[in-house]
Amino acid sequence: MVGTLHKRPWMLIAAVTVAVAALGTVVWAAFTPVTFASREETFEIPKGTWARRMAGNKVEILPSAVYLTVGIRDVLLLKNLDDVPQIFGPTLMMPGQSFRLPFETASSYQFACTAHASGQMTVVVDAQPDNPWQRLVWRARRAFRAVA
Amino acid sequence: MRYATRLMPLWACMLLSMTAPAAEVEVLKAGVFNPAREAPEFSVHGSDGAPLVLSHYRGKVVVLAFGYTSCPNVCPVTLAVLAQAHRKLGAQGSQVQVIYITVDPERDSAERLRQYLAAFDSTFVGGTGTALQMAEVRRSYGVTAEKVGTGKDYAVAHSSFVYLITREGKLRALMPFGHKADDYVHDISLLLN
Repeated sequence: MVGTLHKRPWMLIAAVTVAVAALGTVVWAAFTPVTFASREETFEIPKGTWARRMAGNKVEILPSAVYLTVGIRDVLLLKNLDDVPQIFGPTLMMPGQSFRLPFETASSYQFACTAHASGQMTVVVDAQPDNPWQRLVWRARRAFRAVA
Repeated sequence: MRYATRLMPLWACMLLSMTAPAAEVEVLKAGVFNPAREAPEFSVHGSDGAPLVLSHYRGKVVVLAFGYTSCPNVCPVTLAVLAQAHRKLGAQGSQVQVIYITVDPERDSAERLRQYLAAFDSTFVGGTGTALQMAEVRRSYGVTAEKVGTGKDYAVAHSSFVYLITREGKLRALMPFGHKADDYVHDISLLLN
C-alpha cells in the first residue's frame, strides 16, 4: 500500500486531502455552535388539501416525524391555509388559524393528525447540544435523518 | 433606492405594530392559537347538579380538561397538577374555573364526577350527559376518545391536553400533557392579567 503511494504521489496527496477535509469537518461540527435563523419549524396545510384527499389523492404535507431541539429550534408552528378545519396533533385548527406549540423538554411526542395520511405524527425534541461531543452527535444525527 | 431607504423607519414601525400581539402570546408555555376563536359553547349536566354551561363562566379563565374517572394514569396526574396550580394561584384562583368533561358518560354520572373531583379540588366542576351530547362536545373541541377493551373494566383512550379559555370566552391556548403546575400558573396569570 505504502509502496503504491510512493509510486503514485497523487494518490498520497488525495488521501491526505481527504483526511484533512474529514478532520476539518469533524472539528467544525464539534466546535461551531448550532444556530438557526428562527426557533420556529413551520408547516402549512395548503389550500385544497382536504379536497384532494377526498378525491382519493394521497397527500403528504407533514412529515411523519418532526425533529426539534430544545433552546435552538423548539417551536412547532402550524398554519391551516385550507378551507376546512383540520385536526393537527392535539388540536382542531380553523381555516386561516395557526397554532404555535413550544417545547421545553427533550422527549418524543406522539400526535394524531388528520392532515397526515397515516393519521400519526411524532415530534422528537432533542436536548440542546452544549459541548463539542454533543454538537458532533447532534449534527451526525441530523445528517442521518436527512438522508434516511 | 433612496426612496426605499427613507421609508425604512416607517416599515419598521409597521412591522413592530403587527408583531406586538404575537409577541404577547408567544410567552405562554402552552400552544397558542392565532387568531383565538370563540370557544365552542356547550350545555351539559354539571357535577354540582346544575346545568354546566360554558358561557356562564365568562369573566373567568376556564381551564377545560377531558377525561374519565376510571382513568388509571393521565387524568389523576392532570387533575393533581391543576389542583396544585389552583392552590398556587392564591387569591387569583377565584377567577379561574376548572371544568372536567367526561369522555365516559356511560359510567361517569354527575354524582360520581363530584366525588372524584372533590378529591382533587372542591371548586372543580365536572360535566356529563348523553353519549350523543358528549360526542358533540368532543367533536367541537377536536378531542378524541376511543373505548378500549370490553366488559365493565374497559378503558378509554382519550386526548390528554388541556384547553385554556380567556375571560372573553376565546379558545386561546392548549397545554399538552406533562406540563408542571408552575407552567399553568404562569399562563393563567398572563391570561388573567
